[in-house]
Amino acid sequence: MGIQTWTFIIVGITFALYIGIAIWSRAASTKEFYVAGGGVSPLANGLATAADWMSAASFLGMAGIIAFSGYDGSVYLMGWTGGYVLLALLLAPYLRKFGKFTVPDFIGDRYYSNVARTVAVIAALFVSFTYVAGQMRGVGVVFSRFLDVEVNTGVYIGMTVVLFYAFLGGMKGITYTQVAQYCVLIFAFMVPAIFISIMATGNPIPQLGFGSAGEDGVFLLDKLDGLMTDLGFTAYTDGSKSITDVFFITAALMLGTAGLPHVIIRFFTVPKVRDARKSAGYALLFIAILYTTAPAIAVFARTNLMETVEDTPYSEIPSWFTKWEETGLIAWTDKNEDGKIQYLPGSSIDGKKPLFTEERGASGERLISNPSNTRNELYVDRDITVLANPEIAGLPNWIIALVAAGGLAAALSTAAGLLLVISTSISHDLIKKQFAPDISDKKELLIARLSAVLAVIVAGYFGINPPGFVASVVALAFGLAASSFFPAIVMGIFSKRMNREGAIAGMIAGLGITTYYIARFKLGWIGNPETSGPDDWWFGISPEGFGTMGMLVNFAVALLISRFTAAPPEEVQQIVEDIRIPSGAGEALDH
Amino acid sequence: METSLRKKYWKENLRYLAILLFIWFLVSYGFGILLVDELNTIRLGGFKLGFWFAQQGSIYVFVILIFVYVRLMNKLDKKYNVNE
Repeated sequence: MGIQTWTFIIVGITFALYIGIAIWSRAASTKEFYVAGGGVSPLANGLATAADWMSAASFLGMAGIIAFSGYDGSVYLMGWTGGYVLLALLLAPYLRKFGKFTVPDFIGDRYYSNVARTVAVIAALFVSFTYVAGQMRGVGVVFSRFLDVEVNTGVYIGMTVVLFYAFLGGMKGITYTQVAQYCVLIFAFMVPAIFISIMATGNPIPQLGFGSAGEDGVFLLDKLDGLMTDLGFTAYTDGSKSITDVFFITAALMLGTAGLPHVIIRFFTVPKVRDARKSAGYALLFIAILYTTAPAIAVFARTNLMETVEDTPYSEIPSWFTKWEETGLIAWTDKNEDGKIQYLPGSSIDGKKPLFTEERGASGERLISNPSNTRNELYVDRDITVLANPEIAGLPNWIIALVAAGGLAAALSTAAGLLLVISTSISHDLIKKQFAPDISDKKELLIARLSAVLAVIVAGYFGINPPGFVASVVALAFGLAASSFFPAIVMGIFSKRMNREGAIAGMIAGLGITTYYIARFKLGWIGNPETSGPDDWWFGISPEGFGTMGMLVNFAVALLISRFTAAPPEEVQQIVEDIRIPSGAGEALDH
Repeated sequence: METSLRKKYWKENLRYLAILLFIWFLVSYGFGILLVDELNTIRLGGFKLGFWFAQQGSIYVFVILIFVYVRLMNKLDKKYNVNE
């Protein structure tokens, strides 16, 4: 059977599975809709959190980013895993003990203020919307790549599926579909990785494989470093970013991870405090399987690429090269007209994507209209690292189809988790807590469902018409989460003295300075674009890493202001005492 | 629960956090970033050690840290009789 048929079959089966789970796990109350009834086992929650966390970007993009940035790619590996240690040790158990539904719930109650709650709701909505727009786009791109449909059609299909289980099941439906989605995506990621590792080094464990030697007895990483430095690239295992910047970006990603509402909210779904701790451990374990494999895939793919293409005549190139050239993910321009591929540092094209003309060159290659004047002749889209793996390893068609299903599982699970945060923010934090505190549970459930529909439509709209700044929004989402939620929650738990005035001032200062910095140096909305290059960055920190600075500002402002204002009232200090002691979380849930 | 016991429980908890977070910082920011060049002169099979910590080792340690924390806290909860 062809790839196309297999893809339809496997994607069809997985979608039927997700919808089946949704029907089986319908939510009957707001508690089920918001926190899956609080009865999810730590293992199931760990699986769901892992699927929730790993997006299309982790599944399809990350190995590629690492393959093309070497050591510098470590910021994502450490940044997107290390945050779970902070979550497990500093946030999850205490928030679970607090026992309400949302992050703004905690901020609002702990800082006895509707202003604080509102700031938190706005931040939660902003972070989740920027994040979800990218996910819906990701769903569309995966569809278009594997099923030959328009990107927009892909977004519509994705919207329908997510809507179905988010509307019916809320958190309960999402949790159990995410468990299934994790299984699909990890299987799809690991099978090609294991085969490629065996091909490259004879070792079936990719994590060990990329530290071993190939058939020629040379260690793979040494060989890759050699190939790269010979051609004038920085050695793979050396970075080109400054140590300060690597430090700050890693910290911003870690703190952002620990402050993202769709991740935190997952720990409200387990029965006890000890379950919250344990499920954070499971979550990181399941995430680590993919995150320790990705750098191995990156090395295999980069070595393979360097060895295959460099100075190879186009006429002798393997078939996967021309296949991906047809899809536009590879472009070659024979700049010195020798019929061979020269792969050198620098971009081979002007702009971000190659613009193909309809014509063919002397060797039969697709011509492009925007070659640059560097000597590098080859453009390779980073996504190809994961996409082309099964073909390079010569795996059967059904595995290629499985990768498609895995990519969709990753994108859909993250989108669903984010949409739930958005709908909960609207129905619970805004309507129930601010405007209509007297509505019945049934009515609130209906509003939650309608908010989910609204959220899907808005997210789909952004997926179809991505705002120009979508590529930069991940930096923004993490920066804002790091500079607002993380300090506010940590101080709420670990400092009894922290009060309303301090927390609000801290959040506004942290959010403000981070937004300003990203708008100034990343988006170019403020100030002179001539003076927004790396030389002008404060302390050499890139916009991606500035969330760390925003967090420090938040802490400093909050501690200072709280010194000069009144201590929190007695009952609030009692809340803090109470969340520090694990026992009694079960009773605290019904409120 | 008595206030003095609560204080003791919290203090022990904070001590665990300090030790675990120190290790967390050391393996990632220390070995993987600040000391990466020094550690890269040491080899672990085909890996340079600093590079290995940045792309593999730190992640393994993170996972272990959480499970160690779970164990320590379960014991502590039992000791102070605040477990469920």
